[in-house]
Amino acid sequence: MTKHLFLVIAVLFLASFKPEGGYKVGDAVADFKLKNVDDKMVTLSDFKDAKGYIVVFTCNHCPFSKKYEDRIIALDKKYKPLGYPVIAINPNDAAQHASDDFPSMKKRAKEKGFTFPYLYDESQAIATAYGARMTPHIFILQAGVGTPVVKYIGAIDDNSDDATAVKEKYAENAVDALLANKPVSPETTKAIGCTIKWKK
Amino acid sequence: MFSMYLFILFFFAAPQVQEVSLEQLQANTIQNNDTLYVVNFWATWCKPCVAEMPYLEEAQKKFANNKVKVVFVSLNYTRELAVVDKFVKQKKILSTCYLLNAGTPNSWIDKVETEWSGSIPATLMYKNGKKIFFREGEFTQTELDSIIQTKIK
Repeated sequence: MTKHLFLVIAVLFLASFKPEGGYKVGDAVADFKLKNVDDKMVTLSDFKDAKGYIVVFTCNHCPFSKKYEDRIIALDKKYKPLGYPVIAINPNDAAQHASDDFPSMKKRAKEKGFTFPYLYDESQAIATAYGARMTPHIFILQAGVGTPVVKYIGAIDDNSDDATAVKEKYAENAVDALLANKPVSPETTKAIGCTIKWKK
Repeated sequence: MFSMYLFILFFFAAPQVQEVSLEQLQANTIQNNDTLYVVNFWATWCKPCVAEMPYLEEAQKKFANNKVKVVFVSLNYTRELAVVDKFVKQKKILSTCYLLNAGTPNSWIDKVETEWSGSIPATLMYKNGKKIFFREGEFTQTELDSIIQTKIK
């Protein structure tokens, strides 16, 4: 019986794997301090005039992240002037994908001409706190007088393969709604993506 | 004689990967029988997915006498059917292989599993028409075998 129970517990433990939980829509978020590709530390509070933030967990190696690079740049170009800058965060364990290490991040940011911070979540604490599960995974925060609040979690749009065939721009719709003081709908969406490479 | 050549030609050229809708996939794997269906969502571009395919193949062999059926469901784009087909032939995959054609992921991921974010690999197990296991993330061979072991009882 004890042996059987042990097996059940072992299987449950194995099955639980990586983080459930993390922020939900409506949750207030804690600020973070992460190293940018320019070697300077970045926090949310650095953006004094921000009305909110488009936080994107992404990385170098994932084909879906690559597919969205140009669309993430476009989001920043469109929404930074309106008060919603993009903040990209790479949470991957570089031991599992060498192309996700910090020097490679610097290189990629330069090649693509990223107009936004590309931060390295080396300890994976921020991805864990957010409950990020994949790359790309987007969290749109609204900054009020107090702590920023999560308003949208999920995909950037409904067509990873072809930006020209997108029918619903989930992220843009969410920011547009926030700018217009309207409720965000949908507040969450799902997409296929690469698992975050958690440290083993 | 000619028809035999034709047969051989057809046999070798025959696609191994079948494109299915979500409804077809679920009809083929959520069945009212005591076979354990191990449904693995993967893609050719997903490194951890490709790494664990041999473990699933091995489990299929190991539990061949225990009514276990491994089903690989590729989430590559449907335009990549030929790529996926070539890939599984090169890898000599013997288990059933599908390519899912279900439209925008936001419309169907929750129908498979509400806890699933959409990252792959992801594996579900069904038996007697019920979902009895879900994992987002990869397995080791030992983990997979021990989970199947508890589910076939």
